[in-house]
Amino acid sequence: FAGLADVSISEDIPVEGEITVPVGSHSPDEDYSTLDEPVRDTIMRDLKAVGKKFVHVMYPKKSSALLRDWDLWGPLVLCVSLALMLQGGSADSKDDGGPQFAEVFVIIWFGAVVITLNSKLLGGTISFFQSLCVLGYCVLPLTVAMLVCRLVLLAGSGTVSFIIRLIVVIAMFAWSTLASTAFLADSQPPNRKALVVYPIFLFYFVISWMILTFTPQ
Amino acid sequence: QGGGSAVIDMENMDDTSGSSFEDMGEMHQRMKEEEEEEEGDAGAAEEEDGEFLGMKGLRGQLGRQVADQMWQVGKRQASRAFSLYANIDILRPYFDVEPVQVRARLLESMIPVKMINFPQKIAGELYGPLMLVLTLVAILLHGMKTSDTIIREGTLMGTAIGTCFGYWLGVSSFIYFLAYLCNAQITMVQMLSLLGYGLFGHCITLFVTYNIHFHSLFYIFWLGVGGLSTLRMVAVLVSRTVGHTQRLILCGTLAALHMLFLLYLHFAYHKVVEGILDTLEGPNMPPFQRVARDIPVVSNAVLNTTAKAIALTL
Repeated sequence: FAGLADVSISEDIPVEGEITVPVGSHSPDEDYSTLDEPVRDTIMRDLKAVGKKFVHVMYPKKSSALLRDWDLWGPLVLCVSLALMLQGGSADSKDDGGPQFAEVFVIIWFGAVVITLNSKLLGGTISFFQSLCVLGYCVLPLTVAMLVCRLVLLAGSGTVSFIIRLIVVIAMFAWSTLASTAFLADSQPPNRKALVVYPIFLFYFVISWMILTFTPQ
Repeated sequence: QGGGSAVIDMENMDDTSGSSFEDMGEMHQRMKEEEEEEEGDAGAAEEEDGEFLGMKGLRGQLGRQVADQMWQVGKRQASRAFSLYANIDILRPYFDVEPVQVRARLLESMIPVKMINFPQKIAGELYGPLMLVLTLVAILLHGMKTSDTIIREGTLMGTAIGTCFGYWLGVSSFIYFLAYLCNAQITMVQMLSLLGYGLFGHCITLFVTYNIHFHSLFYIFWLGVGGLSTLRMVAVLVSRTVGHTQRLILCGTLAALHMLFLLYLHFAYHKVVEGILDTLEGPNMPPFQRVARDIPVVSNAVLNTTAKAIALTL
């Protein structure tokens, strides 16, 4: 079609325009190329994407990389590790090993679904899985807090250790809430930000409370 | 229309194959029976069709067309049903609130109205009630954890969610049904909204009394805070109902259920023993809290047996 630009026509006949045929997507080529690459490359690519998102959570700048390519690997890993670390912390450890793991899972996923539905109903422009991805990744600071709490509890469980744990958990809770707010609240109309932030606050508050009240047996 | 063509390709059919009605009927019957095997045998059948002309060729083609069309129709119906029922945009108007409005309604839910001869306006909004139910779930979790409630079948979280959402949705539906019987002017969304905001008093009461284990304090809060929010709900309902008997039925039921729910939440999920004061406070217990232990023996025994009975039913 580029050759037609040189064709001269009389001025009173309007024949200008652009006809573009959408070129077929390159996905068949991509599929073949990702199918042929070694497994290590595939895994490393996914791991790098997950790692990049972890970095974005720890230093929450307003970038869209977390939102654009969502994935749920990070949230799954964080959820499982948090649930494993929260086990064995109640009076009757014989029965409560199972339900505690399920409890953390249910809290995280049910809470994330409710927050996502809420932000969509309030007029948010973010999609369901993007929101789940952001909320799941922002559990990272709290997982770090859980790790620190467990290490502190190894040293002893007096008042000093409680104060240290309290400070750490509060700091990480604030970090989680701010990180997820930085990503999610932008997709809301400006005067409704408080309505979206409250459920996120409640969600991370419940998780922080579970971490703080954890006492190993 | 679906993707499959309506024209059946007959070129594989031999002339000698019968096209009489009996043969077609028989063919259709056999095709319907082996429809499930179509996908599995599709590959084999295609090769066979190329060579083995005649009845089997037609059956294979027809079967595939029929299966394809049935799949298209089924998919279309399922997606239509999904977009109709699972469309959350139905709920969007009920979440259209400003933070100022939510705060105003929260405070209003504790103030009983005086004008009961004029129907009071109820905002049909679901954001505030939903957030209050979730806050109640969080408070309940906290109460259960600090009192070491052990739930044998199911999780703490499941119990908390089930209790709170069950109360909100169940009692709303029940009172809506009663309102329908008593000719009260209220819609389902308004009832959900009213009861949801009535849980604000419950949240405050439980938040305070799960942390300060002082029984007289709980009874004061139960009557005061719980009573205020119940009075507000009752007043709004009374303003929308005519007739003394109907008003009595509706408001009596709502008041009873609301107050009893708060009582239940306190006693079922909160250990009623003095020992917990020792384990939680330790040696630095302020002197006035020791007074809570001097509850008369009778009421203590009653409370303990009530708690045990409720714990047994859990």
